[in-house]
Amino acid sequence: MTEIARVHGPLDAHGERAKSLQTVYVYEAPVRLWHWVNALLIVTLCITGYLIGSPLPSVSGEASASFQMGYIRFAHFAAGQSLIVFFLLRLYWAFVGNRNSRQIFYLPLHNRTWWWGILYELKWYLFMVKDPKKYIGHNPLAHVAMFSFMLFLLFMMASGMALYSEGQGIDSWQYKVFGFMFAIFPNSQDLHTWHHLGMWAIVVFVVVHIYAAVREDILSRQSMISSMISGERLFRDDIDDFPR
Amino acid sequence: MGAGTETFYEVIRRQGITRRSFVKFCSLTATSLGLGPIGATEIAQALETKPRVPVIWMHGLECTCCSESFIRSAHPLVKDAVLSMISLDYDDTIMAAAGHQAEAILQETREKYKGQYILAVEGNPPLNEDGMFCIDGGRPFVEKLKEMAEDSMAVIAWGACASWGCVQAAKPNPTQATPIDKVIRNKPIIKVPGCPPIAEVMTGVVTYITTFGRLPELDRQGRPKMFYSQRIHDKCYRRPHFDAGQFVEEWDDDAARKGYCLYKMGCKGPTTYSACSTVRWNGGVSFPIQSGHGCIGCTEDGFWDNGSFYDRLTTIKQFGVEANADKIGATVAGVVGAAIAAHAAVTTVRSMAKRRNDNGGNGNGNKPNDKSAG
Repeated sequence: MTEIARVHGPLDAHGERAKSLQTVYVYEAPVRLWHWVNALLIVTLCITGYLIGSPLPSVSGEASASFQMGYIRFAHFAAGQSLIVFFLLRLYWAFVGNRNSRQIFYLPLHNRTWWWGILYELKWYLFMVKDPKKYIGHNPLAHVAMFSFMLFLLFMMASGMALYSEGQGIDSWQYKVFGFMFAIFPNSQDLHTWHHLGMWAIVVFVVVHIYAAVREDILSRQSMISSMISGERLFRDDIDDFPR
Repeated sequence: MGAGTETFYEVIRRQGITRRSFVKFCSLTATSLGLGPIGATEIAQALETKPRVPVIWMHGLECTCCSESFIRSAHPLVKDAVLSMISLDYDDTIMAAAGHQAEAILQETREKYKGQYILAVEGNPPLNEDGMFCIDGGRPFVEKLKEMAEDSMAVIAWGACASWGCVQAAKPNPTQATPIDKVIRNKPIIKVPGCPPIAEVMTGVVTYITTFGRLPELDRQGRPKMFYSQRIHDKCYRRPHFDAGQFVEEWDDDAARKGYCLYKMGCKGPTTYSACSTVRWNGGVSFPIQSGHGCIGCTEDGFWDNGSFYDRLTTIKQFGVEANADKIGATVAGVVGAAIAAHAAVTTVRSMAKRRNDNGGNGNGNKPNDKSAG
């Protein structure tokens, strides 16, 4: 039986050779961990946030016997603050991680190729070109989407902390740091509304994000979903982009 | 009115109030202001030594609900505030003098107490048509306001009108009613919002200024911190029902009778900064939520323009008559979902067609691009 262990390639190969495909290690472990923790936290935040805006049917019985709204709010606050902590850790990783870990925090606005890439990816989504380009990190269009989402998360974190600070009191550090949000929006009710609209924007982002990831995983020439699990980007062809 | 040289204490004693009552008043006021143990002594000391502060009380576009509230103050009694603590030199609604005599007081105060009097403004000036929508003493109120503010020590903006604009400034605001702080920019302004503000809050602010000779500490929006630093929700006696998840669902349901939380009925307590749930109204008798009606958020900026008083989620007018964050969000998410479904369908058809073509072999006729983003 020892010879079997020494067989190269797939064991059930019927005389076939597996293609040798190019893979690049893109997403380091902390980046992947952050992605999935974020996903979990955002789902929690959306559900609990919605229930804070539109609470469940009234509970009967003695008030002291239930803490339903309290637990929902606690889950929301805990998830929100975890989101901030993980965001800060992710920001730290942007400095010490590989170059792909920095991509979503800036836009290469001076890079003409990048601008051309946005246009090209747009055409790809409008069915105007037959194949997408290959990218090790995010394609330029996805890059813009991710960068915008980071800005958006910042708004949700700042507005969330500002709303949280209301309960902590105006002498709390949370109010001192995030109270400026009330000067912009300009009062608590408006900020609640913006924070609530933000939740829906996140839902839209999630829908588009998942669709794009599944679609590109199937259609594009590179791996998508498994890359966020293994960290490796697998390129399915080595056909160059020159006209043939 | 107008004897500005007497101290408070002298005035109080002249009215036949005993020293014992005076000390009691100081203690009560110190307690209602939340001051420490020496607060009462400080108040007594101040009232015994300081001359009364001249106050000019002007009325712009308003409904006089602030005055109505003010005269119902219980701690301190408005009698004490008006007759003993301040020297209310001018208030066209309640003063005895009228006409030119009344107007002469304004000029007299301006000259005699330059930089020392307090200008209390109830209501706001409309700026449209050169201020023609509010004529007071034969000329636009805005002119009178600017003139009196010029020589004042500070301005108190009474009520939602003076602080934010209130109903006359609600969209579309035809008279261009403008809050005081947008018209007077070179004087300290204390906003005491509310429609009306609580009587004890009003007299409390006056007491603070006369006692300490300075303005109370203000929050980011210019409201006295001692009365506007907590939300009604934070101190609401129905808060345990909120935390438990017990809500009134209909105005006449069992939960309403049991006094559950009015959150779902559109109570604005969670977003409204006011002392209603602690100080309460009419000498601490009750406040809206205690009477079974949600808070309408009358101390908040633009409360008339934030949709129904009975909706939990704010109406967003830009998107139609009856939209709120959930309706807008769900609609957008639905449209995006439909677009994605259509896109996926086209993608499927396309890739099937491509697979058939690929048997013939083809490529894409595009420019070379090897650069990867990174």
